[in-house]
Amino acid sequence: MFDKSNSQPETGPFFARDRSWHPPAYTPGYKTSVLRSPQRALLSLGSTLSEITGPVFGHAMIGELDNDLIHNFARPGESAIGERIIVHGRVLDERGRAVPNVLVEFWQANAGGRYRHKKETYLAAIDPNFGGCGRTITDADGAYAFRTIRPGAYPWPNGVNDWRPAHIHFSIFGHGFVQRLITQMYFEGDPMIWKCPIVNAIPDRSAIEQLIAPMDWGNTVPMDSRAYKFDIVLRGRRSTLFENRREGN
Amino acid sequence: MAQSLGYLKETPSQTAGPYVHIGLTPNFCDITGVYPQDLGTALVNERTQGERIVITGRVFDGAGAPLKDAVVEIWQADAAGLYNSPSETRGSADPHFAGWGRGPADAVTGEFRFETIKPGRVPYPDGRPMAPHVTLWIVARGINIGLHTRLYFPDEAQANAADPVLARIEHRDRVSTLIATGTAPHYVFDIHLQGPQETVFFDI
Ligand SMILES: [Fe+2]
Repeated sequence: MFDKSNSQPETGPFFARDRSWHPPAYTPGYKTSVLRSPQRALLSLGSTLSEITGPVFGHAMIGELDNDLIHNFARPGESAIGERIIVHGRVLDERGRAVPNVLVEFWQANAGGRYRHKKETYLAAIDPNFGGCGRTITDADGAYAFRTIRPGAYPWPNGVNDWRPAHIHFSIFGHGFVQRLITQMYFEGDPMIWKCPIVNAIPDRSAIEQLIAPMDWGNTVPMDSRAYKFDIVLRGRRSTLFENRREGN
Repeated sequence: MAQSLGYLKETPSQTAGPYVHIGLTPNFCDITGVYPQDLGTALVNERTQGERIVITGRVFDGAGAPLKDAVVEIWQADAAGLYNSPSETRGSADPHFAGWGRGPADAVTGEFRFETIKPGRVPYPDGRPMAPHVTLWIVARGINIGLHTRLYFPDEAQANAADPVLARIEHRDRVSTLIATGTAPHYVFDIHLQGPQETVFFDI
């Protein structure tokens, strides 16, 4: 590792993305990808300032209940129905360094597997006290945490009998716009993970395992909530220690 | 055996799914009272410097149908060509312009909309100026990993012709997929995921 002092903002270009680790665009087992996958080769580009930079959000924008999905949509004195869990972890980069001040947004179905959305047609009940969205910002150690209920699995129109394993959607910003990432977290021990066409869009089994959060017994809150730990890795920057400088720069 | 490099693997991407609006723009899809407003919906205020413009567009699938469950995010420089980012070392960007916007596709028409300013020019790593451009990132159900592209302006023909990134496009008839249509102040940028007009997407 080429750790430098953390005092200067990093401005180096990012490691190239290992696209064999991610799902390819075209994955016919996940039918919607068939008409939504670019067919031409991507144009490979070294990062310019437009990609190395990115928006960074302040802790001030986060409301008190933003990371509490049990209460952030509930009527006063009430709470969402379901198994109470805490999801926590760290956002790191590929060099293993903590990434602070990262906006992490999450959304999920309720305990019965139903989303609060006009186009949602699953017959499971709506929970009047559950909205399904939350957000937080990582601290100086890259750590984040939120409280929610464990989402239910749900059926979806793809194959004749396809079900999504229980999952939480994550949207993560880094410090550069090319670190932008959306993914999904799954729960340790769920046999449905390995049957899901969206999961199986990822070719490498160990890459899938990177999306499965283990139960974190040590951080379980007695008589209150179980904990799951989900670490997230964003693209890392190349070291710029010995980067060639052009004349006059 | 050599030492391990010790690098971690990037977390693999998964599709944003059909309900990405719940997570990213809850007020837009009627989940109110959680956040005061959706992030990224207002880019400018009355003190922002620069020429006001509007960008609208739609994302089309391979059958020519507009996506109604997409989210498009934009990232751009301020009017002086500076990014409002800790990684910007050339100066301080306009404090009244965040440079980042988030546009949910309309549930009926699929249109996204940004009220922003025309960005200034930003240098390429070798120092040559790039033409004014806006960086875009597109996610939706059926998109397994977010797509990066750029919008250039139709009234910047000279700058576009000298742009080092546009110059990298081998099939010259595809350059036009990155150039908005319309005229100031209203530009239209349609994104085609497939087909003869498939937008040039970047691996950056
Ligand atoms: Fe989902």
